[in-house]
Amino acid sequence: MANRVSILIVDDEESVRDSLYSWFIEDGYHVECAENAKQALSLLNEKEFDIVLADIKMPGMDGMEMHRRIKALARVPIVIIMTAFASVDTAVQALKDGAFDYVTKPFDPDDLSHLIRNAATQVALKAENENLKEKITSLVDVEDILGESDALKKVLKEVESVAQSNSSVIITGESGTGKELVARAIHSNSSRKYFPLISVHCGALTESLLESELFGHEKGAFTGATFNRKGRFEMADGGTIFLDEIGTISPKMQIELLRVLESKTFVRVGGNKEITSDFRVICATNRDLKSMVNSGTFREDLYYRLNVVNIRIPPLRERIDDVPLLVNHFIRKYCTSMSRDLISIEPAALKHLEEFEYPGNVRELENMVERAIVVGNGKVIRLKDLPMGKEVISSSIESLEDLEKKHIAKILEKYKWNISRAAKALNVDRATLYNKIKKFNLKQE
Amino acid sequence: MIRLDSQGIILVSCGLFEKKLTRRVTEDVSREFHYPVNLKECSLDISEFYNPGRRQYDANALLKMISEKAPRDAVKILGMLRVDLYIPILTYIFGQAALNGYAGIASLYRLRNEHYGLEPNYELLIERFSKVIVHELGHTFGLIHCNNPICVMRSSTYVEDLDQKHKQFCHRCMAELDRIEQMAQ
Repeated sequence: MANRVSILIVDDEESVRDSLYSWFIEDGYHVECAENAKQALSLLNEKEFDIVLADIKMPGMDGMEMHRRIKALARVPIVIIMTAFASVDTAVQALKDGAFDYVTKPFDPDDLSHLIRNAATQVALKAENENLKEKITSLVDVEDILGESDALKKVLKEVESVAQSNSSVIITGESGTGKELVARAIHSNSSRKYFPLISVHCGALTESLLESELFGHEKGAFTGATFNRKGRFEMADGGTIFLDEIGTISPKMQIELLRVLESKTFVRVGGNKEITSDFRVICATNRDLKSMVNSGTFREDLYYRLNVVNIRIPPLRERIDDVPLLVNHFIRKYCTSMSRDLISIEPAALKHLEEFEYPGNVRELENMVERAIVVGNGKVIRLKDLPMGKEVISSSIESLEDLEKKHIAKILEKYKWNISRAAKALNVDRATLYNKIKKFNLKQE
Repeated sequence: MIRLDSQGIILVSCGLFEKKLTRRVTEDVSREFHYPVNLKECSLDISEFYNPGRRQYDANALLKMISEKAPRDAVKILGMLRVDLYIPILTYIFGQAALNGYAGIASLYRLRNEHYGLEPNYELLIERFSKVIVHELGHTFGLIHCNNPICVMRSSTYVEDLDQKHKQFCHRCMAELDRIEQMAQ
């Protein structure tokens, strides 16, 4: 760390500059010197320094005035004020002006080392903080939701506009369409992005477990509650809570949830202290909540409280144009994670993927691609590497008539158009088979 | 292997030092740097470097004087002193050297146990003095402070810090010293 930190020493006394220069250079820092404030400001305009160690008493512009001007720079370094004329007033003023610390010459060698080490740690923390913020911002961006179809573009537009507000959102869509990904994108693009996004899968928990999970519990609240535990609402303070499968929660939990959403206050299970938390709610469901409201299984007041904005994610079959883009994305993702060279997909295999129905949506496509990479030859994804490639099972809806036609054609091929044997295999008489051949316009190739 | 192509490293004693101490220090320096070590005495008057306001000696001025008086065919020169040293920004120092420079200085003054109200310990004093001298000479060869807690190039601001480290270079500093030497040749 030390050799990356740069220090600018500003002092009118040459001996002080030289001494400090030698001291810090031996510690591996990058050090430069300026003999007055004007020269220092000019250097600071040219390049970036992490720490400025400035004398207060200098001819012309003094250290305090220079500090005020440093604060106007695009990138403000840590400023440590030093002086041989210690006074409480100047020390207080320097700290009020935002100086990192204030030291009186001569320093104890250990104090100086500690001071610079602390400042260097501060520099490293600041850099780390900025890096992490950047990482969080890029964690789930709207661009990460892949697709160029009009249906998806509409969703992305909704995500961008809703992210800036604080309104509750319900995300609807079939299983595997990426509801949680959309919730993450909303959170990551909102002003709450530096606070947590807490996910709760309501469908996976019983009523009592969900209550304890959401509100937390006090020690001794129930058997096994051996310590106090924060609930998910408390953890989401400042951020977002994502309630997945909201349609599965019990009527009792619906009442509790409504109360929390209205007051943003709650009490831990077994506790009596009211806790306030500032969170935004995003819900997801693959059920039709409106029908549930009509049938009386979902509270109408809760529905309207949650359904401020409704984002519907289209199933993959409604945006089949996105399949090639998604396939390429998953190939890149799994080849990278498996440390393999990037592979391609043969046109026949891609065509089959484009014709598939995907009841499991994008998740199903992802699993198919992953499986194909694992079982394939490591160079190209072939039709036979896909589960449906071995025996083409198109799940597109076929009529009974189509199936009958295909089956009769298959049996006729098998018995080389021997009508008697084919009729026997189909358990119909020959006349019926002739009628079917005529009806379906089947011909021997 | 000891190099014999010059006067090697010169240790100049400015003041009276016991033979046992100078012999041990010479051995330690010779072992760490692989140069012959010549011990010289100087009878310079250093009173002009005394600062009555601080009641200490100006290390920067002393370092400059040692550097100017040194013979040019020496590899490095280090002045051994018995006085309290300071630089303008610090209350005291054990020694001083210019990074990649020619000269260094080291003082016994603050290395004595008696200075801290403790029982005298002559062996410990020699150890400490050797460590300061090897450390400052290390700087003259271009080595910076090391994070290894037992390396002689570890920064030490208290005598306790000196006692924690060894008087040898760690493997990394040793390798760096070899690299610097090879580049110089």
